[in-house]
Parts: sequence; C-alpha cells; structure tokens
Amino acid sequence: MSDHESTYVPKSGFERWLDQRLPIIRLMNDAMVDYPTPKNLNYWWTFGGILTVCLMIQIVTGIVLAMHYVPHVDHAFASVERIMRDVNGGWLIRYVHSNGASMFFIAVYIHMFRGLYYGSYKAPREIIWILGCIIFFLMIATAFLGYVLPWGQMSFHGAVVITNLLGSIPLIGESITTWLWGGFAVDNPTLNRFFSLHYLLPFVIAGVVGLHIWALHVPGNNNPVGILIPQDQRRRDTVPFHPYYTVKDGFAIIVFLLMFAAFVFFNPNALGHADNYIPANPLVTPAHIVPEWYLLPFYAILRAIPDKFGGVIAMFASIGVLFVLPWLDTSRVRSMRYRPAMRWYFIIFVIVALGLGWCGAQLPDAQVIPGVPSFVLLDGELNSYLWLTRILTAYYFIFFLVIMPFVGLRETPLPVPESISSPVLSAPGAVPAGSHAEAEKKG
Amino acid sequence: MKLSFVKTLAFAAAASLALASGAAQAAGGAKHPKDGGFSFEGPFGTFDQGQLQRGFKVYREVCAACHSMNLVSFRNLGEKNGPFWSEEHSNPNDNPYVKAIAAEFEVADVDSETGDAITRKGTPADRLPSPYPNEAAARAGNGGAYPPDLSVMAKARHGGADYIYSLLTGYRQPPAGLKVQPGVYYNPYMAGDLAAYWTGDHDHVPAGGFIAMPPPLADGQVTFDDGTRSTVEQQSKDVAAFIAWASDPKATVRKQTGVSVMLYLALFAGITYVSYRRIWRNVAH
Amino acid sequence: MADQVGTAAHGEGQDPTRRDFIHIAAGAAAAGGAAMAVWPLINQMNPAGDTLALASTEFDVTKVAEGQQVTIKWRGKPVFIRHRTAAQIAEARNVSMGDLKDPQPDSERVKQGKEQFLILVGSCTHLGCVPTFGTGDYGGWFCPCHGSHYDTSGRIRKGPAPLNLEVPEYAFLTDTSVKIG
Repeated sequence: MSDHESTYVPKSGFERWLDQRLPIIRLMNDAMVDYPTPKNLNYWWTFGGILTVCLMIQIVTGIVLAMHYVPHVDHAFASVERIMRDVNGGWLIRYVHSNGASMFFIAVYIHMFRGLYYGSYKAPREIIWILGCIIFFLMIATAFLGYVLPWGQMSFHGAVVITNLLGSIPLIGESITTWLWGGFAVDNPTLNRFFSLHYLLPFVIAGVVGLHIWALHVPGNNNPVGILIPQDQRRRDTVPFHPYYTVKDGFAIIVFLLMFAAFVFFNPNALGHADNYIPANPLVTPAHIVPEWYLLPFYAILRAIPDKFGGVIAMFASIGVLFVLPWLDTSRVRSMRYRPAMRWYFIIFVIVALGLGWCGAQLPDAQVIPGVPSFVLLDGELNSYLWLTRILTAYYFIFFLVIMPFVGLRETPLPVPESISSPVLSAPGAVPAGSHAEAEKKG
Repeated sequence: MKLSFVKTLAFAAAASLALASGAAQAAGGAKHPKDGGFSFEGPFGTFDQGQLQRGFKVYREVCAACHSMNLVSFRNLGEKNGPFWSEEHSNPNDNPYVKAIAAEFEVADVDSETGDAITRKGTPADRLPSPYPNEAAARAGNGGAYPPDLSVMAKARHGGADYIYSLLTGYRQPPAGLKVQPGVYYNPYMAGDLAAYWTGDHDHVPAGGFIAMPPPLADGQVTFDDGTRSTVEQQSKDVAAFIAWASDPKATVRKQTGVSVMLYLALFAGITYVSYRRIWRNVAH
Repeated sequence: MADQVGTAAHGEGQDPTRRDFIHIAAGAAAAGGAAMAVWPLINQMNPAGDTLALASTEFDVTKVAEGQQVTIKWRGKPVFIRHRTAAQIAEARNVSMGDLKDPQPDSERVKQGKEQFLILVGSCTHLGCVPTFGTGDYGGWFCPCHGSHYDTSGRIRKGPAPLNLEVPEYAFLTDTSVKIG
C-alpha cells in the first residue's frame, strides 16, 4: 500500500489474533502513528486534518438535525424554527451545521490554494489531486442541496435558478429539468428528493476522502520545499505522524474551532442571507438572488457569459479545468517557493478568485467605480461588474490554460535544496534529483 | 522570500476585505437603519425584560390585529430571558402570567364530541393564533397585501431590530416629485427602487420604497403598565426589541455559552501549543 | 530495512512521547472538550419543549357525570376519568388484600376528599390494549384482548394482567380542575 514497511508489532494475544483476521490496528498504526511525515511541514498542511474534522462535524450535526427536520414544503421552515426554539440545544446544532458548511469551504479553499502553490498536484500525486477535485465537486453539490432544505426565499429561488440552468442544455434540457423537479416547477417532490440526496452525498464524500488519504499515503506527503524524500533520507527528514503532527494538527484544529465558535456564538447569521428567513414564496422573487458566499465565484463565471448554455459550460469548465491541472503545468520544479515568476501569477490568481467572489454578489449593471461614466462595449457598460467579471473570468482560465504551461517552460526557477535538512544547495544552478516532477519522464 | 510571499498574500486578502466592507450599501436603496441602542446588541448583550413586556403589549394591542407570530408559543414567553420569565415558575407551562395571557386569546380547535370547528381559550402549549385563517383572507383584509408573520422578522431583514425601529418611526411626507400610488405609503427605510416613480433629478432618487402598511403607531396608543412615556419612538423601540426576542429567544444563552466555549478553547489552544512545542523541541525543522 | 521512523531526535535524545504533565493536560482538555461537545448531541433526543408542554394536561371534572367515564389523551395515551357512585366506592373498599393479585387499598389509588374520582391510565398492564368501561365481572373494566377483569378501583382481579391499572401523577388544582402529569 505505501512505500514504507509496517512497523506495527501486536502487543497482546488479542492484537495478534485480530491482526491475522482484520489488520485494522496495523492500518491505524501505519497511517496515523508511525507514518513517516516530512518534518518541515508548515501550518498550511494542517488543513487536511481540519477538513476531516469539518466533515465529521457536518455529518454528526446533520444526522441529529435530520431527527427533527420535516422535508415537506408546508413544514420545512417551521421545523427548522422548532429545532431552534424547542429541541434541546437545537439552536447550537443548527448553527454549527450552517456555519460549519462555511467553515468547511474556507478550509477547502485554503487547502486547494496550498496544493496549487506547493505543486502538490504534480506527479506522482495526480490522483490525489483529482480525488480532491471530486470531493470539492461533491461538496458543492451537497451544500447546494442543503441550502434548499430550510425552504426560505433564497432556498427556493436558488433552487429554481440552478435547476433552470440545466434547461439550457440543447435537446434534452427540458426533460432533465422536469425529471429533476419531479414536476413542472420546484415544489414538494423536489424538496423531498433534495433531502434524500443531501443525506447521501456526505457519505460518498467520506468514501472519496478515504481514497484521497490512501492515495496520499503511497508517495507520502508533499512538503514546502517540494522535493521527494528518498528512502535513505527518511530517518533524517521525516518524523512519525504521532505525536508530531497529531498534536500540531490538533492545535491548528483548536484555533480553527475558535474562529468557528466566534461565528456560531456571536454572529451566526453573518455568512447567510436575511432573505432566507422569509418563507419560500414561488410568486415573489427576492430583489437580489445570491447563492451562499462560497459559490459566488462560480456564480460570477456563470453570469459572465451572455449565452445561457455558454454560461453553464463555463461554470462547469471552471471546476473541470482543475481536474487536468497536473498535465497543464510544465514546470520541473514543484514548489512555487522556488518559482518566483509563477508566484506572481499565483498571487494574482488568488486576488482574481476573491474578486470573482465579490463580483458574484453584485448586480451585473452596477458600476464598479461609482460615478465614472464609460462607453457601452457590446452588451454592457465597460464600468460595470459585468465586464469586470469577464476580465477576471478570462484571467481565471488563462491562468490554467496558458500561464501554467507557458511559464513552466520559460521560467528560471531558483535553486532547489538538495534535501529538507540542508536548505543550501552545494553547487549553484544544479537541480538535484527529487525536485523534478515525474511528469517529465512520461512518453 | 517565504515571508514576503505570506505578507503579500495577507495584504491582498486585507485589501479585498477592505474593499468589501467599504462598498457595503443599505439593502435595496433603502436608508441605512438608525441605531436603536438596544440592550441585546453585542457579544454580551441581554434582553431588558421590562422592554420585552412593553413590546409584547404593543404587539398584542396593535400588531396582532393583522400580523401573526405563529412560530411562537405562549409558553416561550415564560422561558429564560423571555418577557415573563420568573425564577419561581421555571417551568413556563406553570407560569401564571403565561397562563393568563394565553387565556386572553381564542385559539381554533375541534370539539371532541361533535367534531365542529370551535374556538377555545388558549393554554401555554398553544401557538400564538393568527388573526386570519389563511393567507388569502389576510390579503383580502388588507387590500391585497399580506401582513407578514413576525416570528423571525428581526432575522429576515438586514439591520434586524434597528431596521424595525427605523421603519416604524420612519414614515414621513414623500418628497415633492414622488408619485405615490393609492394604498401604499412612502418610507425611506423600506427596501425598494423609486426610480420609476420619481420625476426629479435622476441622479438623486430618494432612498426607500413603498410599504402597504399605514403608520401603525401613535403617541399614547398603548399604555405602559410601568409608567414609561408611550411615544411612537418608545413603542417602536419596545416592539422591535420584542420581535428581536421572538426571532432569536436563545440569543442570551447562545452568547453566554459562547463566552465559556471561547475561553475553554483559548485555554485548550494554549495548553496544546505548549505541548506541541515540547514535542518538537529537539527536531530541527 | 525496517528503519525506526522518527526517533531521530538529536541532542538530548528525549523521547517526545514521554508523559510530561503538559501532554497529559492537553489530553485531559481534549477529553473534556469532547465530553462537552457530545452532551448536546445526546440531550437533543430528550423530549423537546413542545412535547414537554403537553406533558401535563388540565381537565374539568364537572364534565364527568356520576357513574360515567371520560377518556382523554395524555402523553399519547388514553386516561380514564371515572366519577364513581357511592356503591362503587364501597365495593372497592370492601375487598380484602388477600383476594388481589396486586394488593393495594383503594385509598392509595385516589385523592383524599375526592374519592369519587378515579383517574387511571387506560392501558391494560398485560399487553397494552384499552379496556372497555363498565363491563367485566367486577364492575370496573374488561380487556377484550385476553380477558383481564378490573374492579371499581382499577385493580386486576381475573385474567393474565399482572398489575393494577396505573394511577398517573395528578393533583386537584381546584375543586373542579385536575392537573394530570
């Protein structure tokens, strides 16, 4: 399963007996106790552990909420308020679950940005990255389904907008939408099936997370220097996961929970939208339909393209492009710590991603710089969020499809250390073995 | 090198956040709500029981004629931090004030012997009854407009209690040049876009919108049993506080628990950090 | 080669897993935190506020005519409120404890001064069917499911039921109003 031999030695008769039949303690030991982990991991590496905790929190609170929630259009909204008022500690469980979703996405975005910066997606870790993209996609689906359940105005109209998007697929679009709705509009059948799927998907996520960690344990963790740790360096350059990283991850998780608690206890509705406390009304559309904040960048990309189906394609492509990232990056150096040119493009990418999120919440014809008149370019004012979103969307795709391949080939990376323990290279300009991504060996 | 990258990223994030907060506008072109100076705001805020009682009276005597509050039960009034909480009657179902208030209302029920629809006196277990049997009747009774349920109104509007207070005290003469349709009233705190009704300078469209509810409060309309002067200002603040409580009755418990949790987590973080440093003491990293 | 992973601590060679107090403290804090986090998850399954509100019910006993019974629903179960006649009360009192499968004097099953009112949970103590009023050999109740007979105090006299009909917790708030539960 992984490159290192198991160090587990059963200590009692029972452990020996169990190990021969189901080596689960061996598995726990090899994955979480004696697992050799690079000793130079920084705090950006704690987000995997944080994400696991987030998933467990969401599943546990979700199962508990499902004991009280009623997935029927006439009772959903009231059942959520009953949880808030009458169920013992219900307010806490509900706010943990709703804010937990936001925390989950904050953590996953940081985790993904870490992967981008340090080249964790590069060979031999392509499958880990792809599994991660699958997890991300499932998270988006789960979050969308979950937001519909309270049956507020945003729940309902958000569901209408997103399901209507599928209607733009040529030929089969309308049939798919009717099939998804279970009727001619978003209504009770839709709510019921969304509840069922929302309960199901987190367990699918948990399964893919298992694969993600399994795939990780084959090559072992990446590290900030970006070099592979050869077998003979293992003793010097790695430490066992327990207690070094169990405690470090534990500390990071507690700090994360502090931020989580600040939201849950002191500003639980800050990340939501007031309109979702208005019971759903199919006849009245809110003035300003917005998804939850973590979906705003994708919402922005969707609205940037004038054609409805084009927008859908662009939105899915913005996630799809992530899947092929390992093959888009031509760099021989993994970590952007040693790729100063690429680093600037990455920083701009982060700003663009935040910017797209901001744009997703604005009205497309609103002025970006208020009061400055401009001319009309094609279908909108230049000084409008419509065009700003288009510019940002363009950079988003150019970053992956043009910059990644191009800069990788043309840049001059900084000298990469020989090993984690010796950050100074012996011969200037030489690029030692292990810093290369395996990609160059292909074909 | 590493440090400057982190600094750059932090700056980028901070800049974006600054842009975000700076450009925040009041929802839907409405005027930003006035600050009602409520006691329950902030991480250590609590509800003022006297204010909640006055607010309940305003709801009872003025608002309940048209607005339901059907997610609130009578017994909630007697729960901890609620308007009629009493240490002596910690079980709200036994609270005599709650029972008396409930008994003042008529709730719909079915006669168990004949099966006819009847009304009976309320009990603490009952929900606050709606003034209309259904939405259609509510619209018919209010010129086509539906008086929204107030159970979560403070969570359903940006600004919460401040918004409710501002709205109730915000009715004023519409500016000259604003065409007001019959049956609605101008209120600068109401969300809306008045550009289509404004005949004046299009760069200075007035803030606010049209609301179907006529100004509901008048000075002295509700007599407060504790002797507080019953102005529109006072009634508005009190009913806004009551609605804020009804929307989030667990707010005080939530904040108090939050203080304990954050303190515990901070302590826990400290201990764990020391443990972490101890463990890593002899590893060059 | 089976390398010893990670005991690569140079210097003093201190085993990082040595049980320093700080590690025990961190572990204890974690355990405490976990317990505090788990409690609300367990407590949420306890009856909620609206269920507890219906945990007691008040009833106006003037609705029950003498010799009659009214059945109400309390905590999801049927409750009999029976207004006994003087003859029925006397009958109930004149039973010797030796004749009873579940011995209990009538006085223990009613409130002093209100002996005419017998309030019982209408669930047969055998397997839970609702006994019928006034039938059976002892003038109380008869359970049609398996033939249990109850007397005018609701005590089991004949048949498979092991215990007397349960007397719920109740109290008279006034002469006419009783609170059950």
